[in-house]
Amino acid sequence: MGVQGGRPPAMNIVVLVKQVPDTATERKLNPADNTLDRASSDGVINELDEYAIEEALLLKEKHGGEVTILSAGPDQATDSIRKALSMGADKAIHLNDEALHGSDSLQTAYALAQALRTTEFDVVVLGSESTDARTGVVGAALAEYLGLPQLTLANKVDIDGGTIRIQRQTDDGYDVVEAQLPAVVSVVEKINEPRYPSFKLIMAAKKKPVTKLDAAGAEIDPAKVGLANATTETVDFAAAPPRAAGTVVKDEGTGGVQIADFLASKKFV
Amino acid sequence: MSHRLSEEYEELRRSVEAFAHEVVAPVIAGHYERGEFPYEIVARMGEMGLFGLPFPEEYGGMGGDYFALCLALEELARVDSSVAITLEAGVSLGAMPIFRFGSAEQKKTWLPRLCSGEALGAFGLTEPGGGSDAGATRTTARLEEGHWVVNGTKSFITNSGTDITALVTVTAVTGRRPDGRPEISAILVPAGTPGFSVGQHYSKVGWNASDTNELVFEDCRVPEENLVGERGRGYAQFLRILDEGRIAIAALSVGLAQGCVDESLRYAAEREAFGRHIGHYQAIQFKIADMEARAHTARLAYYDAAARMLAGEPFKKQAAIAKLVASNAAMDNARDATQVFGGYGFMNDYAVGRFYRDAKILEIGEGTSEVQRMLIARELGLPA
Ligand SMILES: Cc1cc2nc3c(=O)[nH]c(=O)nc-3n(C[C@H](O)[C@H](O)[C@H](O)COP(=O)(O)OP(=O)(O)OC[C@H]3O[C@@H](n4cnc5c(N)ncnc54)[C@H](O)[C@@H]3O)c2cc1C
Repeated sequence: MGVQGGRPPAMNIVVLVKQVPDTATERKLNPADNTLDRASSDGVINELDEYAIEEALLLKEKHGGEVTILSAGPDQATDSIRKALSMGADKAIHLNDEALHGSDSLQTAYALAQALRTTEFDVVVLGSESTDARTGVVGAALAEYLGLPQLTLANKVDIDGGTIRIQRQTDDGYDVVEAQLPAVVSVVEKINEPRYPSFKLIMAAKKKPVTKLDAAGAEIDPAKVGLANATTETVDFAAAPPRAAGTVVKDEGTGGVQIADFLASKKFV
Repeated sequence: MSHRLSEEYEELRRSVEAFAHEVVAPVIAGHYERGEFPYEIVARMGEMGLFGLPFPEEYGGMGGDYFALCLALEELARVDSSVAITLEAGVSLGAMPIFRFGSAEQKKTWLPRLCSGEALGAFGLTEPGGGSDAGATRTTARLEEGHWVVNGTKSFITNSGTDITALVTVTAVTGRRPDGRPEISAILVPAGTPGFSVGQHYSKVGWNASDTNELVFEDCRVPEENLVGERGRGYAQFLRILDEGRIAIAALSVGLAQGCVDESLRYAAEREAFGRHIGHYQAIQFKIADMEARAHTARLAYYDAAARMLAGEPFKKQAAIAKLVASNAAMDNARDATQVFGGYGFMNDYAVGRFYRDAKILEIGEGTSEVQRMLIARELGLPA
């Protein structure tokens, strides 16, 4: 695994991809176990993961190597895997096992770490959070399980030899963070503009290898995953309250300032 | 027997749908208003391979087919027709004649740039004196010391005057046949050739973010090798190009017709009148139902024509039918959608206002509706 120092001849980049319910459609939780009813809405690739894929493709274009997609999820996740391959990734690993159903963020990170042990990589790239659960901890937990450095919230990634340097986005700017490869990097939206799949790549995607992996294949301990063993439990849920009426700012000379202050208070600027 | 899209076509459709909503929709009204060609959108369409869709990979194409192009046109036109026609004309009028009839050298020289979208091609057939009667071409090209010397004027030529226009293929009379009829050939004129100038820029009713110009040729000399296809076959060649192009224009029309449904559905759920959303009123519901029915049937018509074409079967009649019904659907839907929007429908800031202005040309360009009816009648064996 990985490369110690020196410029890697070619980079093995793994991108973690999650299929999530389309935010444009209504999402439902399954009343039986408070997990997401994945059948009730269209699945799409988690939006931030598209930025992760794009960044991996840019790294590959610069340094050479291969981009592998790793996705944990049910059969329908093949749609998102295909989309990722259509964007230009080279191959994929699909971790799919009934035993994983209902796993929480920590268990998911453990399962992904186990799956990653089945392949070689120099860098793992993932979106900083998913649009469904939004825990934003999988990247950190994964790095911990793998015993690797974690570089989170990157809005810029540079690799030079065995060193990876990122700009970590903060509320009022960015930090520069550096680590030795192999490492885990989570990216934010500002990092790039994901490409749209071309027809050539869409057709080529069909022929790209997708390795099916089950829990046993990844040496995942069944006692550590699944709803029954989850470290956290969703005990209740409620619909978000309907949007309250907005505030009207009347411009009496200070309107611009008031709007800027409002946006700043919500951390939009 | 199925008209369901294969996975690859469906993925392409979705990819272009996302592109149209994310990249085109937010900015196109501004371009339209200012009459500006959307260079940055065209560049991104090039990056995603849209200009290379039906061409083989050896020329920088995507290895797809004409139907793939049609799907892309439909999705673009659901959001904006100027962008869609730029692609349609670039591919089916600009690059396709070179791909189908050009020499190996011409293909090697031009297709990679055209497929990448870095350069645009145009096709000049229509003249001030007439478009429907394509055989009445007045532009001439005479052979002189290894060069064609082109003289004449072409009207309404799409993509012919942008900063990235690389060439225009024009039809010209190159001699007389033994029976006295004119011999028409196609000649490739690179942009910037002395004697080739872009004339008046039109003020158009619609398609305001697309590029349409008059072209003037005055003793414009190009090498003899710039003949595209066989001498004297120009007329027959572009008839084939126009047959295909009708399927593409039908797809574009279906896109506009569907865009009218999309917009109307959204507005009907949002706009209130007399205390209820207007979507509750049957008058509005029936309009939208009719719009959907027109878009759907027109789509089936172009799918059928494209399927026949790809299977190598005769498709002239089906292409004419598809263009006739689809452009009709676009006009009817644009009128109805504007009505659903009330006064806002008459404003240029709303997509339906643009749809209304963009729909009419679909019954005119690449063969008027009368010409389509003539073709259908001819195919049915009625006398010419
Ligand atoms: C925005 C725009 C873009 C265009 N882009 C291009 C381009 O890229 N390349 C190009 O070559 N051309 C282009 N055209 C031209 C277009 O294809 C022609 O306008 C069209 O073919 C009609 O020709 P015309 O305008 O000369 O009309 P005419 O041929 O003069 O027709 C006038 C009317 O008479 C009817 N008519 C004609 N003959 C008959 C008949 N025998 N029986 C019954 N009715 C008849 C027609 O249907 C029409 O209603 C473009 C036009 C526009 C407006």
